[in-house]
Amino acid sequence: METRNSSGLDQFCSLLVERPGLTLLDLAGANQSTMAFLTNLGHRVYSDDFLLQMDRCFGDGDFYENQADPQKVAQFLDAALDYPAQHFDGALVWDTLEFLSGPLLETVVQRLGTMLRPGSYMLALFHAEERAETIPTYSYRIQDRKTITLAPRGRRRPAQFFNNRSLEKLFSDFDSVKFFLTRDHLREVIVRR
Amino acid sequence: MWNRRKEDEQQPPPKPVAAQPPVTQPVRPLPAKETSPMSSVPNRPTESFEATRTGNAVLGKSAVVKGQILSREDLTIDGEVDGTIEMQEHRLTVGPSGKVRASVKAREVIVLGTLHGNVETGDRIDIRKEAKLVGDIRTARIVIEDGAYFKGNVDIVRAEVPKSASATPAGASPRPATTSATPTTASPAMAAGAGEIKR
Repeated sequence: METRNSSGLDQFCSLLVERPGLTLLDLAGANQSTMAFLTNLGHRVYSDDFLLQMDRCFGDGDFYENQADPQKVAQFLDAALDYPAQHFDGALVWDTLEFLSGPLLETVVQRLGTMLRPGSYMLALFHAEERAETIPTYSYRIQDRKTITLAPRGRRRPAQFFNNRSLEKLFSDFDSVKFFLTRDHLREVIVRR
Repeated sequence: MWNRRKEDEQQPPPKPVAAQPPVTQPVRPLPAKETSPMSSVPNRPTESFEATRTGNAVLGKSAVVKGQILSREDLTIDGEVDGTIEMQEHRLTVGPSGKVRASVKAREVIVLGTLHGNVETGDRIDIRKEAKLVGDIRTARIVIEDGAYFKGNVDIVRAEVPKSASATPAGASPRPATTSATPTTASPAMAAGAGEIKR
């Protein structure tokens, strides 16, 4: 497993250290490392494996064509994002948004915005290498507030690539968007609700 | 049975050692030196499934129970349970074949199979490789092995600390008892949320 420094995570964690007792959403799938880090800071953690939920709902057949099927979309939203409004004080969505096609992506971002309390943060990662046909996927695990461990989960074709402008548009309903550019073709994005 | 007795009469009497029940490996207690509530899996060798089920009551693979289970001894479920399970002072093990759809209150819970429902433990919950747990967890300690699937909320509940030992270190911010993962033996730096995780 690789490790990498993350300025985005550091920024996200600044919120966590200031205020104990937060309710956080981690979509990387439950793992000991992240769970230990967040609960040791005194927070509640809601954990789910967002990519696994996508595979369950859209994996049978063409992954992206299935994302246009209203029945499958409804099933996915019920399974993966059925949370009350303003339930979370922070969300770690990692790179999962890269694998959602246009309309579903907008729906998911809108729903994430609804689930987050005003003033809370969301951390998302986007690959910046536009010519790549597939990109590596990982299970992201927090090692410390500046370091992420990457457990490989194979490669996937992303739905689309994002530049800064398209990301600003995607998160236009949020209060602010902050980018951290890294040397390994990854954009770390901190979005403030 | 009767035929076997007849055969036994023809054989020499068994040695006393052979007549003893099979020796089972006792369940190992938690290491006393463990200071973090979030035990690191590699540092703590997990017991085998066979080791966890010795001395237990067992619901076998073909058993189906609907309703309330109250147990005053450790229990292993390899079958299906739909209802509620209460065994506050004991350990529940959901075996690899176990399918439990119930709210669970136990001292300790080990999941190797499937568990749907909220879980409350006084001590710890282990979610083993290949296990599937969907529900909210309230526990003092949690262990999640790689390969386990968990969907739900984790709420770490601090064990009650005697008043004499609960003085807050200078500069450390108070925190709600219901969300802290800090054990009584944790360093002040961890209690203050300094973010330093020692493994």
